[in-house]
Amino acid sequence: MLVVALFMLVVAAVALWWLARQGLMEKPWLEESTVGNVPATGASSRPAATIGLGVFLTVAGALFALLVSAYAMRMAMPDWRSLPVPPLLWINTVALAVSSAALQCAQAAARRDDLADVRTGLLAGGAAALVFLVGQLLAWQQLHLLGYFLANNPANSFFYLVTAVHGVHVLGGLVALARTGARAWRGDRRDVESGRLRLSVQLCTLYWHFLLLVWLILLALLTGWADRFAEICSQLLT
Amino acid sequence: MVDVIREPLEPVPPAEVPDVELYHPKSWLTTWVFSQDAKIIAVQYACTALAIGFVALVLSWMMRLQLAFPDDFAFIDATGYYQFITMHGMIMVIYLLTALFLGGFGNYLIPLMLGARDMVFPYVNMLSYWIYLLAVLVLVAGFFAPGGPTGAGWTLYPPQAILSGTPGGREWGIILMLGSLILFIIGFTMGGLNYVVTVLQARARGMTLMRMPLTVWGIFTATVMALLAFPALFVACVMMLIDRLLGTSFFMPALVEMGEQLKYGGGSPILFQHLFWFFGHPEVYIVALPAFGIVSDLISTHARKNIFGYRMMVWAIVGIGALSFVVWAHHMYVSGMNPYFGFFFATTTLIIAIPTAIKVYNWVLTLWRGDIHLNPPMLFALAFIVTFVNGGLTGLFLGNVVVDVPLSDTMFVVAHFHMVMGVAPIFVVFGAIYHWYPKITGRMLNDAMGKIHFWVSFVGAYAIFFPMHYLGLIGVPRRYFELGETAFVPPSAHDLNIFITAAALTVGAAQLLFLFNLIWSLRHGLDAGGNPWRATSLEWQTPTTPPPHGNWGRELPVVYRWAYDYNVPGAAQDFLPQNMPGSGRTG
Repeated sequence: MLVVALFMLVVAAVALWWLARQGLMEKPWLEESTVGNVPATGASSRPAATIGLGVFLTVAGALFALLVSAYAMRMAMPDWRSLPVPPLLWINTVALAVSSAALQCAQAAARRDDLADVRTGLLAGGAAALVFLVGQLLAWQQLHLLGYFLANNPANSFFYLVTAVHGVHVLGGLVALARTGARAWRGDRRDVESGRLRLSVQLCTLYWHFLLLVWLILLALLTGWADRFAEICSQLLT
Repeated sequence: MVDVIREPLEPVPPAEVPDVELYHPKSWLTTWVFSQDAKIIAVQYACTALAIGFVALVLSWMMRLQLAFPDDFAFIDATGYYQFITMHGMIMVIYLLTALFLGGFGNYLIPLMLGARDMVFPYVNMLSYWIYLLAVLVLVAGFFAPGGPTGAGWTLYPPQAILSGTPGGREWGIILMLGSLILFIIGFTMGGLNYVVTVLQARARGMTLMRMPLTVWGIFTATVMALLAFPALFVACVMMLIDRLLGTSFFMPALVEMGEQLKYGGGSPILFQHLFWFFGHPEVYIVALPAFGIVSDLISTHARKNIFGYRMMVWAIVGIGALSFVVWAHHMYVSGMNPYFGFFFATTTLIIAIPTAIKVYNWVLTLWRGDIHLNPPMLFALAFIVTFVNGGLTGLFLGNVVVDVPLSDTMFVVAHFHMVMGVAPIFVVFGAIYHWYPKITGRMLNDAMGKIHFWVSFVGAYAIFFPMHYLGLIGVPRRYFELGETAFVPPSAHDLNIFITAAALTVGAAQLLFLFNLIWSLRHGLDAGGNPWRATSLEWQTPTTPPPHGNWGRELPVVYRWAYDYNVPGAAQDFLPQNMPGSGRTG
């Protein structure tokens, strides 16, 4: 449970930092305001949807931290037989990175209100994410053909589980991306002027970067790099 | 006087909001059924939670009948008994208390107390309720599925939860339970996002964090905790569901069942326990923190005094929330662990007593020399304090490894957790309903029926759970269908069981009176007016009662003070509403 404890520590640190800026030392029983002189609430200037996505990413982060924790606990047992990582995963990783980069471009284009580039970016991002998903399914199929079935060994079970949970998150993201795409293609002037389209693209981009980060961590875990990294850390500490 | 504006460019809600910005439902269906109004969603949550709670109450009657009169009732067999235990526990903890405090009170009170029009994502909020309802229906479907619901105990420990010896283990019971929990968590996450972001972003002008009523602080902190803790249950449920359906061995060790080697092997049941309790312990405080907050407001309002030590109360809520994430393994002392870990978890467990004790002191000091009105909300709030102290003290016993080991799996534990997270929060639920019913319906609940309900419930709860501590101390185990010829259990224990059952049936009957009061007062209750308790917080200052969709009419309220200005020296009336401008005094 070390990984999840570390994750919670980071969340607690962020929460503390935020709380410290909220005037927790105030004495509200002494502080009465008069008309025209009310204090600011301390709310963020970001839109509620951005804050909402931030909170959701924290929840999703906790989910993945718990999965990684469970993986690490189980891996320590003697019957763990790591399975070979199909080379296809590297191609998938590149696809997801391309997807993330394309959305970053779309976000930059949305800032300049360049609708054509937004559409291109969204389309490229969506297509690359689809390639990633199909690639993951093919990787499953390859492992299956090699005889690494779901229930053979805990390593296999965990491999299928973590990739599936991540894949479901990508799939959910694609639904949001499709809605954003529909908005971009509709090209409603009100959407562009009110900044609604820009916000949607921005949220999708943030979510995609999160998915990429999580995937890189999972990949490090599945390929055993995380293991070696932990070893080096423990050597350094001792 | 506050003249510090931290960020001049900070967005503040405009005082006047044009009418078009409000979402207007267009039909009966979108007004009352698929409503996006947090208040309607709150009532939907509360009604569903109370309805399923009554099912769990009936299940507890069944258990008590069996314990008092073993083998007298043909419709209760061992299988049924375990199913009643499991469903009673799970419904009460998750589907009643969590849903009612966060989905019910959270939805109703957060926007109103903060001076917002609604939650920030009303559509997602509506989805949250419907997914919750689906989760409840899937759970109830267990009763009608072949083999009945699961009987694995509310902790659903593997490997027994999915083996054939456990009711519902190889049939539909466990699958429906896990599916229902997964749905609940998805639904809750949607609601939780709303509660958190609404508190962060949608407060009225002047409503700083330190001016929020403690109810909102409690619900807000509990929601943050739930958002971080429920993923652990989610992961555990998904993994166990795959173990059960696809034959993996996340939690299943190598097993021989009825002389036959099962295909499972190599899984770790302890891993499940870690995941479960990583959720399970914060869950106690997810239920307790909203109760803490609500009780603070009830006591302050009905004792006509400002809350003592507001800042300390806020810090204690946040502190308890943080600490509750580092105590989970105290539920696993008997599973075996490194002695240093046992020491660590025992220490953190006992440390939680400090912020909790601060809260109890502050409640008592708020009451000290207050103008105490002993109406039903106040009675239930007082009952909460004593019951929580009682349950908390036995928690100190159980937090110590050496004391816990002999008491574990006895009725002592049952008595402890029912006092601390069953009876105590339920008292707050009742107190809160008596307190806010006038705002929700515009009518008062009947006072006489309320007092009868209180006294029977209060005395009855103690008649049930006090003797149960004694049963535990003499070693009566929990979860047993019947004791049979057990040498160390004296015959008097059996008489005590009959007494407890009589008390349990009486307390249950009192809840029917409460239900009757809820329905009867809808038409026959006294007219409440806008602010029958002469309370300060914003929900009592709405232009109309019950508040319409959008809560505030055209103009949003502006907040000039904290929520506890009762009996302010020199003030013309004994309470100053939060939206009443100050006169410029300082100190």
